[in-house]
Amino acid sequence: MQTDEPVTHACVPDDYDVAYHRPAALMDVNMHYCPGCAHSLVHKLLMEVVDELGIQDQTIGVAPVGCSVFAYEYMNIDMQEAAHGRACAVATAIKRLMPDKFVFTYQGDGDLAAIGIAETLHAINRGENILIVFMNNAVYGMTSGQMAPTTLPGMKTTTSPFGRDTKFYGAPMKIAELVAQLPGSSYVTRQVVNSPHGVRKTKQALLKAFDWQKQNAGTCLIEIIGNCPSNWRMTPLEASRFIDEEMVKSFPVGDIKTPDQPSLAPTPENL
Amino acid sequence: MNVTKLMKGNEALAEAAIRAGCDAYFGYPITPQSEVLEYLAREMPRHNRIVLQAESEVASINMVYGAAGAGFRAMTSSSSPGFSLMQEGISYLAGAELPCLLVNVNRAGPGLGTIQPGQGDYFQATKGGGHGDYRLIVLAPASVQEMADHVFLGFDLADQYRNPVVILSDGAIGQMMEKVTFKPYQKPTADKSWATTGKPASRKRNAISSLFIQPERMEQHNLKLTEKFNRIRESEIRFEEVNTNDADYLLVAYGLSARIAQKAMDLARAKGLRVGLLRPITLFPFPEKRLRELATQVQGMLTVELNSGQMVEDVRLAVEGRVPVAHYGRMGGMIFTPEEIERQLETFFEKAYAN
Amino acid sequence: MEATPTPAVRKPRGRVEIDIQKCKGCELCTDACKKETLVLSDAINIKGYHYVIVNNDACNACLDCALVCPDAVITVYKLQKSKKVNITPPDIKEQLRAAATPKPVPV
Repeated sequence: MQTDEPVTHACVPDDYDVAYHRPAALMDVNMHYCPGCAHSLVHKLLMEVVDELGIQDQTIGVAPVGCSVFAYEYMNIDMQEAAHGRACAVATAIKRLMPDKFVFTYQGDGDLAAIGIAETLHAINRGENILIVFMNNAVYGMTSGQMAPTTLPGMKTTTSPFGRDTKFYGAPMKIAELVAQLPGSSYVTRQVVNSPHGVRKTKQALLKAFDWQKQNAGTCLIEIIGNCPSNWRMTPLEASRFIDEEMVKSFPVGDIKTPDQPSLAPTPENL
Repeated sequence: MNVTKLMKGNEALAEAAIRAGCDAYFGYPITPQSEVLEYLAREMPRHNRIVLQAESEVASINMVYGAAGAGFRAMTSSSSPGFSLMQEGISYLAGAELPCLLVNVNRAGPGLGTIQPGQGDYFQATKGGGHGDYRLIVLAPASVQEMADHVFLGFDLADQYRNPVVILSDGAIGQMMEKVTFKPYQKPTADKSWATTGKPASRKRNAISSLFIQPERMEQHNLKLTEKFNRIRESEIRFEEVNTNDADYLLVAYGLSARIAQKAMDLARAKGLRVGLLRPITLFPFPEKRLRELATQVQGMLTVELNSGQMVEDVRLAVEGRVPVAHYGRMGGMIFTPEEIERQLETFFEKAYAN
Repeated sequence: MEATPTPAVRKPRGRVEIDIQKCKGCELCTDACKKETLVLSDAINIKGYHYVIVNNDACNACLDCALVCPDAVITVYKLQKSKKVNITPPDIKEQLRAAATPKPVPV
């Protein structure tokens, strides 16, 4: 049962204040994600932002196909479930018809970068005033661990059992750098959530993106390096280390482009 | 006040969309229907409505999904190869029970085919070209007037049943020019409390989805959809009959084929053969009951279609073996003449002609 | 005055509450905590996960655990500012000073 009442604690200890509580916009249910999964963490951050900005009644999210297909069971906002890869097209229509609402897509690496790459690139090229939250964990989670466009060279997956061969399949796609080339993108950044510091920075990025959406600055894309402990065959802690040691080598963390500093965008010369 | 104009089929459809209060049109150019997109790109902005040329038909249909899910009147149009691209999106629209208007200006196929008219998409439209158990209400215009009228009807039926509606036209009807009259129209109010407009505190959040991962729940949903299609079958059949009261032989045809078949009927009548015509206007729901009745009266039926035999199967099912049902078709964009059809009548029903 | 003086009580700066039925024992919080306040319990919850429990009083409400928790099971409380200092009244302080000299305590 979902309730809109602010969550109160009957048992706040005497002399203490609540310093942190789970966001009210996050449904008070068990999330099906594996232990340690970055999806549930980012859902939490998104709903913290919705709570803090007071925009629960103005936000519409678009869920993908993938592990986060059930995102609408966890986020207490109006949401639409898009066909695989099509979230950016769905979000385009919603935002064009309701420009005063906050619209975001939440997509994984297969959804955004494989089957949905056309819809993604064209929405950004048009400069749709939406936020695209791109969860990059280098693997297809829901379907049990196949190779993704972002799988690292040499990384073993169920469809690259001997390690990703870049001669056969090419190198992993660096989506943030790719979309930063399009003039329609305004804020493009890559973040991590495998440490308290990373979580704080990612939340700041989300807050900024919502603010820029309010200013109609263009498309914001936040690529978050997530983990997939189950399909990486690691514990959540090992997965956190893997991100620090391996993932960020292929996917550098930081702002690629902001509305204030569009010159951060990589050019062919300095890519 | 009525407004009468001389218009091309595609443009009449587009004009009707504006008058029917279409909020958003998403489309991609493809012959022979690009005029719909072009007309709307020119005219919709004047009414502050959205027209967006998408990057593909795949994107178009998913934009329709987003708009429909947010409670708006949305439509798209395409032609056969593009309509094939939309099938996944159509299945999702039907599964999520989203109202919308889709137009297929049928051209000859399969594959890239040609840009000339065809009726080879009958199966795709009426039996569901996308996956899963769903049906679309299919309207088959046979004139420029119906290209306009079916837009108002289509949007209203879509809202009433929360289901996609298809206007199955063809390259000839889309391109021909005829007189069309636009009557004043009042958009009926429809319940859109399920739409994603932003969740206020007063209601639960709305989620538009066709995913029901528990089989028990999925079956419930399927039964709900089936019951809806049964209601549509009961209430929404539309067809036109010409000279059937005393008919010994029945021509069955829709769209462009019906116009030509009607002339063939006149030629046969002039030779003394009592031929009638039944023109389905809704291809789903199909006028099975009326055909079953007529099967007790006539000695044979001939379906006339621009394909290798698609609607003929539905006619055969409807008559339950009572009378012979034959098919005559042309393909590849070739169009029959009335004389050709009349000769086919003679061939199939030579006994009658011999008398 | 023969009564044993009440020693000053120092309240922990932070307190943590875990929704143990939602905890999945992923250990991201136990790793993030720099005060070793959080450990995995030997017991399991309704889902079969070893959930996190509080191990000591050293929590300083840094929020790191709550930040990294993927399932948002952690609530953190922070001691109110005014309550941070020792609230022993001045006359009791006198007695404490006098009592600081060791002398036999009547049994």
